[in-house]
Amino acid sequence: MGNKILGLALMCAMTLQAPAAVRAGDVLTLNGAGATFPYPIYSKWFDEFRTVRPDVQINYQSIGSGGGIRQITERTVDFGATDGPMTDKLLFKVDGKLHHIPTVLGAVVPVYNIAGTPDLQLTGGLLADIYLGKVKRWDDPAVRKVNPEAKLPEVPITVIRRSDGSGTTFCFVDYLSKVSPEFEKTVGRGTAVNWPVGLGGKGNEGVAGLVKQTPNALGYVELIYAEQNGLSHAAVQNAEGKFVKGSVAGVTAAAAGSAKNMPKDYRVSITNAPGAESYPISTFTWLLVYEKNSGTKGKVLNEFLRWMLDSGQKLAPGLGYAPLPPAVAASVQKTVTTIR
Amino acid sequence: MSKGGAVAGLTERAGDRLFRYGVLCAGLAVVGLAAALALELASGSRLAWSEFGPAFLWSSSWNPVSERFGALPFLYGTLVSSALALAIAGPLGVGSAIFLAELAPRRISDACCFFIEILAAVPSVVLGLMGIFILVPGVRAVSPFLIEHLGFLPFFRGTPYGVGMLTAGLILSIMILPYITSISREVLLSVPRPLKEAALALGATRWETVRLVSLPYARSGILGAVFLALGRALGETMAVTMVIGNSPRISASLFDPAYTMAAVLANELAEATSDLHLHALMAIAGTLFMLTLGMNALARWMILGTPTARRRP
Repeated sequence: MGNKILGLALMCAMTLQAPAAVRAGDVLTLNGAGATFPYPIYSKWFDEFRTVRPDVQINYQSIGSGGGIRQITERTVDFGATDGPMTDKLLFKVDGKLHHIPTVLGAVVPVYNIAGTPDLQLTGGLLADIYLGKVKRWDDPAVRKVNPEAKLPEVPITVIRRSDGSGTTFCFVDYLSKVSPEFEKTVGRGTAVNWPVGLGGKGNEGVAGLVKQTPNALGYVELIYAEQNGLSHAAVQNAEGKFVKGSVAGVTAAAAGSAKNMPKDYRVSITNAPGAESYPISTFTWLLVYEKNSGTKGKVLNEFLRWMLDSGQKLAPGLGYAPLPPAVAASVQKTVTTIR
Repeated sequence: MSKGGAVAGLTERAGDRLFRYGVLCAGLAVVGLAAALALELASGSRLAWSEFGPAFLWSSSWNPVSERFGALPFLYGTLVSSALALAIAGPLGVGSAIFLAELAPRRISDACCFFIEILAAVPSVVLGLMGIFILVPGVRAVSPFLIEHLGFLPFFRGTPYGVGMLTAGLILSIMILPYITSISREVLLSVPRPLKEAALALGATRWETVRLVSLPYARSGILGAVFLALGRALGETMAVTMVIGNSPRISASLFDPAYTMAAVLANELAEATSDLHLHALMAIAGTLFMLTLGMNALARWMILGTPTARRRP
């Protein structure tokens, strides 16, 4: 009994002392959970951050945005991560101030498998009509109209989409809902939606696999998966009327285009962003961090986030993610200083 | 207390008592675990049941955006894909078991059985990959032929995507085949030799011996094997998710994509943000739990009803 009290007192003393000087061998562990899409860059960051702060160990479980939101709401983890911003209804359940910290950006690209791989162009409205089941064939006049040059097969389109709930789907349907009122009404926005047509593949790799295997298929995946699998992706018409192929530069342009109207809490959709170079199906991905954290965790989180916004950003393009535009990064730096 | 004590004498030794309570605890833990699971499923799904009522079971809309949920397409997909798997693997499994037990030389039979049991140990995700790379293109290649010649049946109409109910049924049949074959073979081998020899002595052919002596004797065991296989088929997740097309729609055509209860849980649980969505998924899990429980009860009842089971002490 006496020993226990002594131990407890010692522990208290150590915690109080810790911020000043962390003793060698003491490792502070931070736990996070959430989105799967940014997992490769996050694990790279947490790894690299150890070279800056060898005494900090950050663990991340990519259990999905939904799980990340639930766990950070219940405070079972130190930070969460999500591909779609939390709704007001979800934020209402959170006790304390929870920040959305944008980290990197990603793009969703329409991929296709047509013999001879003609260059394909798609407008938002056409993409919505295909996913609503209204445009059923590759030789439909609507497809021909935007692709007068391309040699398109005279067969039905095999529509492929995600079957699991995902931030990729959220970004894609958010874009389709913006450009097609009918899509917004019949399908709407969500990480999982009720698709009128199509085959469901599990995960980006599942959709990429199905598209690769099925002749005359059309699907949507994260940019990096299209490139890794050697799938051709279509150029999509942006808000200015230009056809743009998904790329890291196009995504950063989209983010810069919408930086002017950036809300204070960063919960913003950048699909169909203004700007001639903007790729229209782009999205931020966020870390969810409380403003007030227990013990030294806030201080370490603060330090990590500042490192992420500076050195961390340079690691993003190598892994297929677009870094934050400078204006956004500067503004996020200011938000991060409030975290303690 | 009474029986064990009476046999051992008046006093029970401490070791015996310890053993008895230990085993009792282990037994209770199994029951407790099942009860806790049922309780958790019930409490985790109460929002869905109070919102939709029993109509949840026969409503066919599944829309996470407008939060309308119904289990029917998943119930249908689970039952049909499992039935399809049994229809394929049942006759094949029992047939191969008869060959291995009655006709093949013992050494070949044992070697074959070894490989069949290895098939049961293949992880389902590996089988799923095999499904994607071999079965799906195969089904896509064969379906136009089926549509042309059997298209008068509603099961063989529609667009051949390659993924869909038929492919799911096929992959499931591969997964459950080893269970049916190896257990049925074991049961057939346990048919007493004198019985078979008596039949042969009376002038029965080999086929008649199998049909009139071996199969009736082994019936309860074979039924047990089939139900064990059905249990696996109902709950199988990964391999099915990879080839079924994951579309919550009910269609008579075997070429159309479908969905199963286990597959929707694997797909949507991680990203379910709203409470009602989560509770609806838990309600699906509860329904699957009840379905397997019902199947097991049915299996018990059928096996107890067979003449051999009644004959045995």
